[in-house]
Amino acid sequence: MVYISKRNRKRERDAEIAAKNRRELIAAGFKRRDLLKMGLLTSAGMLIPMKGLSARPLTSAGYVYDGPNSPPTTPFVENMPRLQVLQPVAALNPAPTIAPNTAAGEARTVSHQAFAQFPPQRFYEMTEQAGTVLMAPAGELPPQTIWGFNGTTPGPLIVERYGNLGSPGNGSVLLRLHNNLPSTNGGFGLPSVTTHLHNGHTPLESDGFPCFFMAQGQFYDHHYPNVLAGINSTHPGTGDIKEAMATLWYHDHRIDHTAENTYKGLAGTYILFNEFDTGNENTGFRLPSFGDGQNPLTSFDIYMVFNDKVFDSQTGLLAFDLFNTDGILGDKFLVNGKINPVLHVSPRRYRFRWLNTGPSRFYQISVLGANNTTKSFWQISTDGNLLEKPVQVTGARFAVAERVDVIVDFTGEAGKTFYLENRLEQDDGRGPTGNVLAAGQGTKILKIVVDGPVVADNSIDPATIPANQQVYFYGFPNTADAPGITRTFRFERGNGQWQVNGQLVGGCNAAPRFAIKRNTVEKWVFQNNSGGWQHPIHMHFEEFQTLSINGNPPATTGIIQRGRKDVFRLEHNMEAQVYLRIRDFVGRFPLHCHNVVHEDHAMMVLGIIDDVGDNKTQP
Amino acid sequence: MTDLKRRRFVAALGAAPLAVPLLTAAQSPAATSKFKQISSRERTRQKYFPNLSLMTHEGKTVRFYDDLVKDKIVIFNFMYAKCEGICTPITRNLVRLQKVLGDRMGKDMFLYSFTLKPKEDNVMALHHYAEMHKVTNGWLFLTGSVDDMELLRHKLGFVDPDPQVDKDLSNHIGVLKYGNEPLERWGGCPGMSDPEWIAEMISWVDWPKNQATMKAKGGAE
Repeated sequence: MVYISKRNRKRERDAEIAAKNRRELIAAGFKRRDLLKMGLLTSAGMLIPMKGLSARPLTSAGYVYDGPNSPPTTPFVENMPRLQVLQPVAALNPAPTIAPNTAAGEARTVSHQAFAQFPPQRFYEMTEQAGTVLMAPAGELPPQTIWGFNGTTPGPLIVERYGNLGSPGNGSVLLRLHNNLPSTNGGFGLPSVTTHLHNGHTPLESDGFPCFFMAQGQFYDHHYPNVLAGINSTHPGTGDIKEAMATLWYHDHRIDHTAENTYKGLAGTYILFNEFDTGNENTGFRLPSFGDGQNPLTSFDIYMVFNDKVFDSQTGLLAFDLFNTDGILGDKFLVNGKINPVLHVSPRRYRFRWLNTGPSRFYQISVLGANNTTKSFWQISTDGNLLEKPVQVTGARFAVAERVDVIVDFTGEAGKTFYLENRLEQDDGRGPTGNVLAAGQGTKILKIVVDGPVVADNSIDPATIPANQQVYFYGFPNTADAPGITRTFRFERGNGQWQVNGQLVGGCNAAPRFAIKRNTVEKWVFQNNSGGWQHPIHMHFEEFQTLSINGNPPATTGIIQRGRKDVFRLEHNMEAQVYLRIRDFVGRFPLHCHNVVHEDHAMMVLGIIDDVGDNKTQP
Repeated sequence: MTDLKRRRFVAALGAAPLAVPLLTAAQSPAATSKFKQISSRERTRQKYFPNLSLMTHEGKTVRFYDDLVKDKIVIFNFMYAKCEGICTPITRNLVRLQKVLGDRMGKDMFLYSFTLKPKEDNVMALHHYAEMHKVTNGWLFLTGSVDDMELLRHKLGFVDPDPQVDKDLSNHIGVLKYGNEPLERWGGCPGMSDPEWIAEMISWVDWPKNQATMKAKGGAE
């Protein structure tokens, strides 16, 4: 059974039959004792899970089906919110310090390593707190209490710029986060948090290491220098422009409690521009303008945060499956905090930045037109890192935490309606089945109506880039240097426990499982011997390039595999080789599965970057 | 495009400028009345903690929710006495855990090991198993009817989504689930994790400092 947004009529029918059968049993005068004798009732007074008697029908496995069964909502009524841009503050009180300001209530335990080199030029401040939101059209679901950055979900969008190559320190910022989460959690959530800037080339004390969490009432200063990798090593003073990032996000990373906390709302977005990816379609790469992020007549660069959720059938409130260890699938699909919203666009080109915050679903998004046609679009990034040039595709696949930037051209489409449709079939938390559904057979997530005014479009038309031009953006960083070590990470499951190379996560107090020497090159092999499970594997701090997948070069067309990545989608029975340079900064980091339910059940390796390193080939 | 149409377009797009707008008086009372007002703690009880009648290895009849879970910090696992796979190492690991938890065991922290083979694991078999492993206060081995134990296993998530794997008891789920029922904080970890580390994980769901009376009051509210 596929949890797509359609009503599950078979399940509803089974439930009706069961209810009818129970009524008939009661009408026939059967007493509780009779039912017990007949073996139709358990001692706790529950009807035994036989199809046609239990209100919850059987699965094929022979047990009661307990999948998501959210109340109905009306799709495509509400407008898709544009994410609010976070404004810097003039100063922080108390002023940030290099050493942790423990006396003032800072939770940080490690001094900032690059503060003096890149003093913060701007300050941001947010509070993690409860908030009340509507996720469905008014009246269809009750107000939801979420936990969010500044009480919103997705949290505010941080828009920053790398410093220019001549003055890289100009991009440096400091974000102070306060934990003002409540003790009462409404059923799930741990009010102890740590925030990871996903894909940031960030000194590791500011990176949101899972064990660096803060308690209620504390604060944590994150120093984001926003510098290009290589700045203190291969490309001193500037960094490697080919390492420029564009689409990042931040989210709670509390060890063992990330799934419930991010599901409850603790995730937000982060964009980096520079002198090439400028946010202005008249300059640099001429990608569609960001504008102020709000005005539909000037803002054509739109961040879209996808997630799937379940709402309790009795209370209508956001529900988290507390004892699930496989992965949680929702039957309601949200974009920017609203279930099945509508986006109005003008007939021109748009840059969409797609992010999947999970908890466990993989997406393959296509643009569905009238009569089940598929509109092609241009993929320009993998994990928010620009490709060599735009590639025309008919769908983009992204697992939890992966990002895809695309250009969709609505020129000449005035008056038409499109849908973003998820065509990847997935039945449970183990991962997609591998089937891709036909056009119109998937789940419609977002409706796009081309009814906006005609506005000027000075953005690059990717179709005009000559076919023989290999590089339009930065090109990929060099992978010619020989790796100093090849390490293998085998992701496996035994007795329902996740293991990497046969070992459980050691915990926060255990010695690091392996040590990487700063400013070296490594080759890693990711192995998944399972035909049943898929895992989005995420490396903090340094992205990687895929060298091979099952012995073949990574795909450059279709479902694109070649690119700079920080999440490797480790599919069924897959072995991949990836190439990493670990540069500039030191500290603790995790390598983990980003199916956040797997992550919370210890599918993680905790390592360290230092100036010594080790030679463990199977950490 | 006329100015009017243009304005309407801008208005439509600007209608929800915040990522998630703060609520005003948008909710009509009639619309929400179709939903029940049930506390999250009660809803969790309904969904996950059937009040089944179980037998302890000491021969006492207990109710799952009323006697074992309500108002307590609890740790769950599943096992069976004649298991030659992962049960014995996990049980030995939990013996070490009970030492780490010390006098909290049996006071406000409880460890429950549910049998996967209720037909074999009657009170006598579980009693023998408990004696063999020298379990102390606050650790109960529990059995019940086949249906009830199976229901409990599903409710608490000790299930593999692959039906073939799930049927194979030699490869049964070796995780622990732990939580604080009135505080509504829950977690899970591998049963073979280092006992000191398990105790630290349990400390994250422990009563907040300065709120030691919370347990006595029997709830977070």
